[in-house]
Amino acid sequence: MAQRNIIPFGPQHPVLPEPIHLDLVTEDETVVEAIPSIGFVHRGLEKLVEKKDYQEFVYVAERICGICSFMHGMTYCQAVEEIMGLDVPPRALYLRTVWAELSRIHSHLMWLGLAADAFGFESLFMNCWRHREGVLDIIEATTGGRVIFGSCKIGGVRRDIDDGTMKGIVKKLETMASEIRRSTDVFLNDYSVQHRLKGVGVIDGEEAHRLGTVGPVLRASGIAMDARKIGYAAYRDLKFEPVIEKDGDCYSRCRVRVREVFQSIELIAQAAQKIPPGETEIRVTGAPEGEYFSRVEQPRGEVIYYVKADGTKNLKRFRVRTPTFANLPAMVKMLKGAGLADVPNIILTIDPCISCVER
Amino acid sequence: MFLRKSPWIIHYDATSCNGCDIEVVASLTPLYDLERFGIINMGNPKHADIFVVTGSVNPSSSAVVRNIYDQMPNPKVVVAVGICATSGGIFRECYNVLGGIDKVIPVDVYVPGCAARPESIIDGIVKALDILEQRSREFKKLRVESQRQEKKLRRYRLND
Ligand code: SF4
Repeated sequence: MAQRNIIPFGPQHPVLPEPIHLDLVTEDETVVEAIPSIGFVHRGLEKLVEKKDYQEFVYVAERICGICSFMHGMTYCQAVEEIMGLDVPPRALYLRTVWAELSRIHSHLMWLGLAADAFGFESLFMNCWRHREGVLDIIEATTGGRVIFGSCKIGGVRRDIDDGTMKGIVKKLETMASEIRRSTDVFLNDYSVQHRLKGVGVIDGEEAHRLGTVGPVLRASGIAMDARKIGYAAYRDLKFEPVIEKDGDCYSRCRVRVREVFQSIELIAQAAQKIPPGETEIRVTGAPEGEYFSRVEQPRGEVIYYVKADGTKNLKRFRVRTPTFANLPAMVKMLKGAGLADVPNIILTIDPCISCVER
Repeated sequence: MFLRKSPWIIHYDATSCNGCDIEVVASLTPLYDLERFGIINMGNPKHADIFVVTGSVNPSSSAVVRNIYDQMPNPKVVVAVGICATSGGIFRECYNVLGGIDKVIPVDVYVPGCAARPESIIDGIVKALDILEQRSREFKKLRVESQRQEKKLRRYRLND
């Protein structure tokens, strides 16, 4: 038997923008076990609900993660609105959908870039990030922020997008789609990319489901589970099918994300067509009382918020189960038996977001 | 101002929410493109001149921040990006947050903003370059001085 070594990976590692630490137990070049240890980004913001009032807490919820910040804010608002029995105006729901899909596009493009960087394809990395700036421009023009939007509030949204701008956005996304396709075709067809990703980090559908994975990781293993199908915000009026792939390897996970970029562009076009006129927010008075589980499909998978309120300005309990947390057991499983050179690729294909895992 | 060398940066996320991290990377990629000046993001602290930290510190990340700082060769400059890195920001009251980066290592440039915009990050790094230049001059002077002293000592010993 070969000698066993333990190789520390992280918390500061070139391929990871975020700190996660793994002890990789290896035999020669093969990883036999991966032991994650977390806690480098833990802030303890769930407990902040005791200090900030429930309306103010939207800002904190948005800063759980800077990548899907809008969706965090939206999930929190949904939970509180549901407890208070507020009727959010439909126009606000549509606007939330548009911003949520824009975040999905920017998050997936960002991931595609980082993945390209992980397997050493520098020009592709730069190209993906260049496309992403186009999406950020739209976001900045409509909300005023680039990564933290601050446009969601309890009872609606803070800003409106007028019809002319909405048409412009759809048109811009259409022209961008053809450019993006040029880069994503490289992911799908290039020989060297396939060489790095095909057959690496395989997890089958049954196993993935048993381990509780969510989002693109689960859909890449052939299980069509997408929290958007629950029909929150405006998704109940939009037509779409969850994107699924069969193989469950790194390549399928990459394919799922590539296809979801175009799906999101289509969803925005649909929402722009159907968006009703009217108010964008309602007045909120009083304090919530009760509890609620709110679920939203983020770029990385399904997030679950638990909110409990007792009729005062401060919430009683606030709890978040983020998608990356659900995907970590699958990642540890995939790492077993992988080659040492494939470790960065496997870690990246679950699209880890450590800051929301640890909060 | 002109650059005599291409300074390399190292980036570490202490406890940031990712917002500032992606803006740091965005300022290195097309559109803002700091790389055209030869400013490259390195994964290795021993190659880096500028330490870009995002997020406040907590007990476990403070050890890592100090470790990276100690491994960087002199002269070095620290840039704290985002209001979290400056003072703890919105998370200041959290039980696991110690405060800004300056609780652990000396900080030279503070870049405010939540999230800090790429323009202000670039501005901060340009400020850091000035400081770096000045430090390396001082560092050189010190080195020349110490060499002179050493030579003197050696002569002294030979005469002995
Ligand atoms: S300053 Fe704001 S955007 Fe930056 S890490 Fe802190 S909370 Fe996130």
